[in-house]
Amino acid sequence: MSLSEIEFQAKAVEDAPEEGIQGRSQWALTWRRLRRDKMAIASMIVIVIIAACAIAAPAFAALAGHAPNTVYPNTGLSASGGPVPPGTHGFLLGTDELGRDLFVRVIYGARVSLFVGLVTTLIATVAGVSLGLITGYFGGWVDGILARFIDSVLAFPYIVLALSLAVVFGPSLPIVIGVISFFTWAGISRVVRGQALSIKEREYIEAARSLGAGPWRIMFIDILPNLLAPVLVLATLSIPAAITFEATLDYLGLGVPPPTATWGNILAGAQSYYSVAWWYLVFPALALVITTIAFNLLGDGVRDAMDPRTERVFAAGRKKRRKRRTASPPPAPQLPGALPPTA
Amino acid sequence: MALVRFLIRRILSGIVVLWVVSTAAFFLFFARNTDIVARQLAGRAATTAILQEVTRNLGLNQPILTQYWHFLGRTVTGNLGLSYYNGSVPVASIVGRDLPRTASVLVGGVVLWLVVGLSVGILSATRARSLFDRLATVGVLVGLSMPTFVLGEILLLAIYLPLNENGYHLVNTGYVGLSSGIIPWAEALILPWITLATVQAAVYTRLSRGSLLDTLGEDYIRTARAKGLTERRVIYRHALRGALTPVVSQLGIDVGVLLGGVIVVEQVFGVGGLGQDAVSAISNGDLPVILAFVMLAAAFVVIANIIVDVFYAVLDPRVRIS
Repeated sequence: MSLSEIEFQAKAVEDAPEEGIQGRSQWALTWRRLRRDKMAIASMIVIVIIAACAIAAPAFAALAGHAPNTVYPNTGLSASGGPVPPGTHGFLLGTDELGRDLFVRVIYGARVSLFVGLVTTLIATVAGVSLGLITGYFGGWVDGILARFIDSVLAFPYIVLALSLAVVFGPSLPIVIGVISFFTWAGISRVVRGQALSIKEREYIEAARSLGAGPWRIMFIDILPNLLAPVLVLATLSIPAAITFEATLDYLGLGVPPPTATWGNILAGAQSYYSVAWWYLVFPALALVITTIAFNLLGDGVRDAMDPRTERVFAAGRKKRRKRRTASPPPAPQLPGALPPTA
Repeated sequence: MALVRFLIRRILSGIVVLWVVSTAAFFLFFARNTDIVARQLAGRAATTAILQEVTRNLGLNQPILTQYWHFLGRTVTGNLGLSYYNGSVPVASIVGRDLPRTASVLVGGVVLWLVVGLSVGILSATRARSLFDRLATVGVLVGLSMPTFVLGEILLLAIYLPLNENGYHLVNTGYVGLSSGIIPWAEALILPWITLATVQAAVYTRLSRGSLLDTLGEDYIRTARAKGLTERRVIYRHALRGALTPVVSQLGIDVGVLLGGVIVVEQVFGVGGLGQDAVSAISNGDLPVILAFVMLAAAFVVIANIIVDVFYAVLDPRVRIS
């Protein structure tokens, strides 16, 4: 091969039109896969609707003409003093035993649930990622202690901590957020720590270190971006867990104290009246379960989109993909001299 | 021999854990709250003199370290103190009365949950992508998204209420002692068991399914099949044993979650066990009862973890007890 020929080839490469191949970042690829996932998109829409309802709760209250914590003994209670069924006297979903508007209360309950879900996930993610990164990167005795601590947190009965804090400080929203965050960060931290342990041995980290990067730069600029995928999945899945957790604490009287309208509080009240007022139990339960299912489905969808190798947790859409897979590969070109494909 | 040494060591360290937990809980509860408790007990209109007398009667006026010393001394002998309510009955007799209720819920629930979780997991792993597998996956998703108390309340509304309104008293709530026969006992507890089991079984179905699918891809399974063993023997004798280890270690982690589930279930169905006692003691400020509950919970977690570790070593020949 002569020199001029190499030069010619190099020039041809340089002159080649810059189209055809378009670089896509990991996030763009993820989004493309997620967009094709009907279940995930449907869940996203459901979540947006619930969030919109939560934000616009005062507007709904104004529309219904009822405040969330006001009792309406004249219109909201039946002649025998019980809750009225859905559709009576302008109570869309009926009332509870005090004659409060169930519809308005369920809408207001979404505010607490979403707020607790998002805030605790944020706190737990920041704490879990930082602690996991630091101990995974530095290793040694700090790491040993943290690993032990994470194990004990994960095995600790949450109910004991919740009970104890409720005894000492009285139940309140900040305590709920504290308890849930405390039991959520450990799982995130464990995953991050494991990943950091393996990533820090890679060559590009070695390269960064030889270029003079300090430990903090390596941890948060070089390692962290490679951890975002699993962290995002864990965070999405910890929102429904936190919502369930909050409702359970409310139900046991260890959470947000009544009369604040939360799904857990409404359902705790419904416990004594389900035999006379099914709506009192069914509507808040539906709101709660639809919300957690939507977040769980979205979390599963995000995980599948991040990592195409994982098996789909929800079966919908699988048939379609299989069809596409069998249809898409072009027929292999018949190479001269190759064996004919066996039928 | 190794097992005995292991058990002794674990029991000793378990006692240390119990001591730490009870000390922490004692100081947390008693260092701060005495005034509030006395006020709650004496009523809203109590004068200072009455408040002081209540405090003195409960021994809350002594220095905290003296109280702690008394607490340690009597706890070691199994005396858990007197309840502030219920006519000052000994807490130990409340525990004696209500522990069988909690234990009944716990044992039945755990058995049902493991049986359902594992068998559904095994069936869907061995029939991956079948209709059963897909239905199971949907069930798991709903189970994971459903809080325990919501499931319990829905069962009350959908099963208990229609059956009893129509005169079929097949399921009950509350608690009937084992002494009145197994059938009445089980009738009262079947709904609590189902509730406790369903939510937890979902996690275990997912876990055992994934773990068994992984194990079935291992070389030693191919070897077993190549030896000409039946598929049944390959799955139940060879694969399952390896696949169960992650399930068992998850069990150790879930002991704490399980305890929360039992309390919720007791509350929903009015079983009247220790969890319900603890929850109502919170609103009363009945500190000795809550303290006893915290210590029993810690003891339960310690014992359950020892059992899980022994199981682990039995299942996986590579794990040595030490």
